[in-house]
Amino acid sequence: MAESFYQSYGVVVALLIGGFGLVAVAFTAARLIAPRRQTAEKLMTYECGIDPVGEGWSQSQIRYYIYAFLFVIFDVESVFLFPWANIFVRLGYQAVVEMAIFVFVLALGLLYAYKKKVLQWV
Amino acid sequence: MLALSILAQAPPATPQTATGHGPLIFTPVAPELILVGVALILLLYDALEPQRPHLALALATLAGIAGAAAYSVYLWFWVQRPDSPSSVLQGMVAADRFTVFFRLVILGAAFIATLLGYLYLERAGEVRGEYYPLLLFATAGMTLITAANDLIMVFLALEILSLSLYLMTGFSLRRLASAEASMKYFLLGAFSSAFFLYGIAFAYGATGTTNLPAIAHKLSGQVGPLALALGATGLLTVGFAFKVAAVPFHMWTPDAYQGAPTSVTAFMSAGTKVAAFAAFLRVFDVALSPLVWDWKPFVWALAAITMVVGGVLAIAQTNIKRMLAYSSIAHAGFILVGVTAASRQGIEASMFYLAAYAAMIVGAFGVVMLVSVRGERNLNFSSYAGLARRDPFLAAVLAVFMLSLAGIPPTAGFIAKVSVFEAAVQAGHWPLVLIGVLTSVIAAFYYIRVIVLMYMQEYLPGQEETEGLGREPVGRIAVAIPALLTLLFGVFPGVLFGLLKAASVIRF
Repeated sequence: MAESFYQSYGVVVALLIGGFGLVAVAFTAARLIAPRRQTAEKLMTYECGIDPVGEGWSQSQIRYYIYAFLFVIFDVESVFLFPWANIFVRLGYQAVVEMAIFVFVLALGLLYAYKKKVLQWV
Repeated sequence: MLALSILAQAPPATPQTATGHGPLIFTPVAPELILVGVALILLLYDALEPQRPHLALALATLAGIAGAAAYSVYLWFWVQRPDSPSSVLQGMVAADRFTVFFRLVILGAAFIATLLGYLYLERAGEVRGEYYPLLLFATAGMTLITAANDLIMVFLALEILSLSLYLMTGFSLRRLASAEASMKYFLLGAFSSAFFLYGIAFAYGATGTTNLPAIAHKLSGQVGPLALALGATGLLTVGFAFKVAAVPFHMWTPDAYQGAPTSVTAFMSAGTKVAAFAAFLRVFDVALSPLVWDWKPFVWALAAITMVVGGVLAIAQTNIKRMLAYSSIAHAGFILVGVTAASRQGIEASMFYLAAYAAMIVGAFGVVMLVSVRGERNLNFSSYAGLARRDPFLAAVLAVFMLSLAGIPPTAGFIAKVSVFEAAVQAGHWPLVLIGVLTSVIAAFYYIRVIVLMYMQEYLPGQEETEGLGREPVGRIAVAIPALLTLLFGVFPGVLFGLLKAASVIRF
């Protein structure tokens, strides 16, 4: 029983081989047939049609990252708050308590961030 | 009335009233609530009190872990009561002895890791309070995943433990290797999370639910094409294989284990593997049990290459942390052998293996940490030459762990290997057992090499510094406990198997 069961996977194997084969043939054909004439324009890095400025390696301000992070946390919090606000009357007071715990935990995080002085612009 | 009497057992910190959807019972997640509660308090204490003593943080962490463990012991009996539900919080969290067993293993590893972590931070001069809350959050994620009864819950717990571990891996700010390890672990971990999430989406597409028992119910009644369900199985396998470090998804393991502070390595090598395998067992033996014929060959192949590649690559290592990392990969393969058996016996064997593995790997990394004196030194094999003369205690303890990792009696590693092989033979997987036995023989070479170095070679002074090889009693206790457990489970395996008889039943 097991033998014939696994034989039905033969199609998958055939498909895999066919798929890889097709890609290999297409790429090899393109390499052999296509003409190649390099110009400065063609070798330039493509940046949405605009001439690239500066180097590929550039330093970014890491402080933005912490603000972005804090923003995302409270953004997601509000995503949870809106549907909750819609139905908490029906769920009763324990829904209020649960949301209070949720907001409290996030507030603890904000207090922590404040104490660790990440909210100051340096 | 029954519901009310259950609620009376809930911890006071949680809201405990009935909603329109049935009572909210928090008892089965109380250990996690304790862990997270202590973590939040420590986070605030660390931020508000600049002069906080390091010892206080460590002791509070130990108290939190001990409290969670005590509550887990209570849960062991609670889940057997006739009026206790098999799952709570709308089917999100399972309440069975399976999770209690794994929780205790993970909490034990976390306890030892806290002792080691205290010592590591003191010695390396990197005392920063975040270490303890992060460790507690990671532990909460690990224990929660063992109880997760819904794919969403598995994912959530997986992320809680992973995010904390990414940070802990990069905890040494001074060492570039630590940051690099953290980055690699983070990128590959995020990648694997994406696979896992895609698998959840497929499972939902195939069955219209993410609840594990409900998925099993839907799949067993299904006729016709199973393309979506098979896609889900494949993607979930990849996601789990990343987390348990099975070949070919193991690339991050050696770098992350080597770069991380050794105390963190000890914690994550034991905790993550136990937690991920607990979820692996539950997802594959509950939700995907109707597809057992389909996932078996994949897990079979995964087990075979993991044992071979992990075992062979460990030979070439000169750094002991890297060697143990490859050995941890090979052990994932042996545990997968038990998973492949897909029987009650297989689950039992895998659970025994995981408990034994957690004890020996946490202890082995603990000894490595004690020998590496301050931070990350003495990690080459040459530093272990003649250790028996310089420090007979550490050498003896490390010898026990090496024998156990190699699978030589009278240690837990031997019983663990025998039981997974026996389960696999019962299930008809004798070629897999053959591969396992052969790789065990190969693996014995590099474990025994460490023992030979320690006992039969002379230490050349001036080669590496040796000042004060872990004389602190904390460190000695931290490695003595796992060593004793390794021997205990090896000599009296019945103690653990007796518990497993009751714990290997997954309730659903």
